Amino acid sequence: MPGKAGTKELRYPSNGKTIYHRPLARGRTSELSQASFAYLFSEMVSYAQKRVTGISDLENRLNVQGHPIGVKLLDLLLIREPPRSQARPLTIVALLHFIKGAVFQHLFGRAADGLEKSSDANTPDEYLIIDNEPLVNAYVSVPRDMDKLSCAAFVAGIVEGVCDGAAFPARVTAHTVGGKEEGEMWPGKTVFLVKFQGEVLEREALLGVGKG
Amino acid sequence: MLETRLSATVFALIIINKAGGLIYNKTFHEAGLNKISTNDLLVLAGTFHGVHAITARLNPIKNPAAAAGITAPAPNPAAPPGILTRPEPQSGLEVLESENFRLQCFNTMTGTKFLLFTDTAQANVDVTIRRVYELYADYVMKNPFYQLEMPVRCDMFDRKLLSYIREINSR
Repeated sequence: MPGKAGTKELRYPSNGKTIYHRPLARGRTSELSQASFAYLFSEMVSYAQKRVTGISDLENRLNVQGHPIGVKLLDLLLIREPPRSQARPLTIVALLHFIKGAVFQHLFGRAADGLEKSSDANTPDEYLIIDNEPLVNAYVSVPRDMDKLSCAAFVAGIVEGVCDGAAFPARVTAHTVGGKEEGEMWPGKTVFLVKFQGEVLEREALLGVGKG
Repeated sequence: MLETRLSATVFALIIINKAGGLIYNKTFHEAGLNKISTNDLLVLAGTFHGVHAITARLNPIKNPAAAAGITAPAPNPAAPPGILTRPEPQSGLEVLESENFRLQCFNTMTGTKFLLFTDTAQANVDVTIRRVYELYADYVMKNPFYQLEMPVRCDMFDRKLLSYIREINSR
């Protein structure tokens, strides 16, 4: 109920226009303050940090926070595509290119820096999306006793949401690979490891795509 | 190799929290200052904090109304009428100079103090110290793992600070 005092409900703007009243197709790029986002994200991490049992639990919570964003973002971005390319991506490669391009462009204002297939023959279901300096980690210094943690797990959750929404169930994790040695060009380099589930590859094989 | 004394150098940085505790110290140039122990640094931070508090109260009287015990803050004459402004904070000790170094203090609105030890010939220290404050606001305050008023242990802050000071010192 808008304007009801004393209740713990969402507050609505006084003119009654929420974000849902805005038209979906917005052509111009809308930018937000990076500082406000940094503070918000910092609080999200602190919130996720409460009552966690370990680092993987914390990453999992961040992942869960991002997941619904990804599912919704897929629909929104497809609606905004030109009508002839509004179909959802149907192959793994098309999906990953969509994430690398459209999704990253929408979220961070630039495409991801790289896209690779796992070179290990035992894991043909793994793909890597590479981001040299993730926006969410711009101001985050992970303490030494938690050096396995990457707060980009939130972004991994968004990517996972996009994959799940496009019917490519996957598990996405974020790993910081930079910062090992002094004077590196990208100390915050992060890899998003996309591990698709078995049935996705099975379907891909049946359709005869992705055989190289 | 002939040791040449650099004419303008930033020697060290100390950050003191609003309770007078030392939360960060970093030496950028080994030859500038004698090394003192961590204990002495803590004493220095605490002492400086106390001295700063007293000097802030020594301020010459700027506002006679406030000094006479009238609690309502007089409006800032520079501000347009009708707009309430926050009174200027009392500044206190800002610069301390010896024969060999100069200590510049920057006190933030929340009472955190940045102390920069530089060579006496160093110019534009206030610009440098504001940039350091900016780095602190970015890489310490926006870090979800930093606890307020606790010692600063942020890799990103260290990295950015070092590269900024190195750039200044190599000028």
